[in-house]
Amino acid sequence: MRTFLKLKLVLLAMAAGSTLFSVPAVFAAEQFFPLLVYRSGPYAPNGIPFANGFVDYFNMINARDGGINGVKITYEECETGYATDRGVECYERLKGKGPTGASVISPLSTGITFALTEKTHTDKIPIITMGYGRSESVDGSVFQWNFPLLGSYWTAADILVQHVGNLNGGLNKLKGKKITLIYHDSPYGKEPIPLLEKRAKMHGFKFSKIPVTHPGVEQKSAWLQVRKNRPDYVFLWGWGIMNSTAIKEAAAVRYPRDKIYGVWWAGAEPDVRPAGAGAKGYQSITLQHSAGKTAVHADILKYVHDKGNGSGPKGDVGHVLYNRGMLNAVVSIEAVRTAQGKFGKKSLTGEQVRWGIENLDLDAKRIKELGIDGMMQPLKVSCSDHEGSRRARIHQWDGNNWNFVSDWIEADNSLLRPMVETAAANYAKDKGITPVTCKS
Amino acid sequence: MFYREAGQFKTSYTADQAAFPIAQDRIFIAIWLFIGFVAVPLLSNEYLFRAIFIPFLILALAALGLNLLVGYCGQVSLGTGAFMAVGAYAAYNFWTRIPGLNPLVAFMLAGGVATIVGILFGIPSLRIKGFYLAVATLAAQFFLDWVFSRIGWFTNYTPSGSIAVPPVELFGFAFASPVSKYLLCLTILVLFAVVAKNIVRGRIGRSWMATRDMDVAAEIIGIRPMYAKLSAFAVSSFFIGVAGALWGFVHLESWEPLAFDINRSFSILFMVIIGGLGSIMGAFLGAAFITVLPLFLNQLPTWIGIEVSTAMISHIEFMIFGALIIFFLAVEPLGMARMWRIGKEKLRLWPFPY
Repeated sequence: MRTFLKLKLVLLAMAAGSTLFSVPAVFAAEQFFPLLVYRSGPYAPNGIPFANGFVDYFNMINARDGGINGVKITYEECETGYATDRGVECYERLKGKGPTGASVISPLSTGITFALTEKTHTDKIPIITMGYGRSESVDGSVFQWNFPLLGSYWTAADILVQHVGNLNGGLNKLKGKKITLIYHDSPYGKEPIPLLEKRAKMHGFKFSKIPVTHPGVEQKSAWLQVRKNRPDYVFLWGWGIMNSTAIKEAAAVRYPRDKIYGVWWAGAEPDVRPAGAGAKGYQSITLQHSAGKTAVHADILKYVHDKGNGSGPKGDVGHVLYNRGMLNAVVSIEAVRTAQGKFGKKSLTGEQVRWGIENLDLDAKRIKELGIDGMMQPLKVSCSDHEGSRRARIHQWDGNNWNFVSDWIEADNSLLRPMVETAAANYAKDKGITPVTCKS
Repeated sequence: MFYREAGQFKTSYTADQAAFPIAQDRIFIAIWLFIGFVAVPLLSNEYLFRAIFIPFLILALAALGLNLLVGYCGQVSLGTGAFMAVGAYAAYNFWTRIPGLNPLVAFMLAGGVATIVGILFGIPSLRIKGFYLAVATLAAQFFLDWVFSRIGWFTNYTPSGSIAVPPVELFGFAFASPVSKYLLCLTILVLFAVVAKNIVRGRIGRSWMATRDMDVAAEIIGIRPMYAKLSAFAVSSFFIGVAGALWGFVHLESWEPLAFDINRSFSILFMVIIGGLGSIMGAFLGAAFITVLPLFLNQLPTWIGIEVSTAMISHIEFMIFGALIIFFLAVEPLGMARMWRIGKEKLRLWPFPY
């Protein structure tokens, strides 16, 4: 009898719980976003602010505008720990949720992007890889569902080479210089290599590469090689704990920090703060934006953090990775908004959202309206160009803040495009995909 | 009462030599096969197939292979991930370089390549034992990891070192849907389990067990340690190689060397230890424990409606998972297979235990 009583209590409690959580179902239409995040593990220092920015923007839009044109945003987080197998599991777990399934997926890991590329193709869910993923997926005729918006790794590498070329008074002055790439030994770290090798051949600089094994806490030998060879520049393609370790090791071997250029995933506060004063002078390319606050941050603080719904510390709002997560949420939502213009203000399917991303056109005026003025350049996606914008700046850490030290640099598309098309054609051949014909 | 074999008379040598001499065991296996081949495909959804059953089946095959080596022959190996990688990359290379090759043939050839590599890295076992051997196989793990991420030929010179393969196609039928993939893996696993069961109760298996229990004594009664140890490495690597090929071609479809890193080796070794050394059943139980439990723990809070932050869930997952491993090892060091055996003995006496 007593056990029955207990059971009854538990059931009652569960019933009460379920009614509590089913209250917010007042909105008619919902748009579901799966969030693949990593809030634990060696990449957590970078994964957490990104995820916070993402979630805060969603909450702000729900609180301020009541959703996207009245369609409420719902989301669910799933922890991947940056591990590919867990990422695939999370994708499978979340792809069918919400009234119309996942709208768009942002895996925040190049490895997971590789694993999901085929799966999203069959499931008809677009995949936004803002500043990461497969470089050749810029070619939308083959990679219909992949959108490496705002820049691929080839774009990043190209801009970095152009930048050091500018510093030397022209790309042809790079002849005989030594550039070393220290990279995370994964698809992510290997992505820029083809472009850097091509540029090295074109301009005659000596390119060498040093891999660092995941998770990247052991880099002594890599930096001893740097000390021995004394390259003119070091490009750092690291992520998570690997970045701060690299900067500390550079300080230990006295390699000048202002000769190190990180990719945009190696240029945020968690990368430089742990290295302390040793990080001063360190530079990295930005994914268009840097740290700092604009109008949209005021809204996030007002509608989310001041109500006590912020997902992280208030002080982190406006940090580099926070901003990146937020921008990722912005482009996802704007894509849905664009798609709503064609398909109506209701819950949209992944296929409809894909149309929205492909026809996404954020001009300077719209960017200002969104309150992200200065954080991104106009972005126009088309069927053949899934990247939308190929411009970036370099910023430098002065010990307390990130400051821009270069003007906008545009990647040389006449160099990148043939590489993209060749790689995409190879992929299409391997996979037996017939590329679609793009009108634009 | 339930497991009493009284009244089951063996009237022929065939009956005496059957793989499962007790009728209850045969019924039990038949039920499991029915569940595997009929009930699961009918009742599962895509998530269960893709995220739970397919990885479970493939890792169970790998654990089975490793159990032959560690559990039956007593040779500790930390190179499982590497041998899986050999299988996956070999299958990829056979498949891309020989046009029109049947993927099943590619998988078997890949198993063959893994066998050769396994024997090669098994040679140190002739001289060294125990922890020292574990360290020697660790070398295989690091060396092969390095080979696949550094030598472009193995990945067909893909710039990022990541390989993508289309769905497996056999006799004009593409194994693209989760159910078909599941059934493919299950069929292969069942076939291999039957082979393993028969190897371990035959001459070869007995020579492995003799070597495991005391190699000097085994040598004295006429077992050649070189054949015993190297054949264990060969068979085990073949199983693991095929599992690796399936992991790449059927489960991931696109992979990088990191998919077969040292953590994979450890997790499969844990499956074998927790499941039960020297038991076919143990490989399945261990694989289920290691692959399914973390996912279950991860989703439990959402199911019962407790709102916990994502980071907290994954921390709790690690803590409970770790605690359970310790609990199982403390309560039953011989693994879950041993628990099952105890359960059977209890059932035999129930309801009149003495």
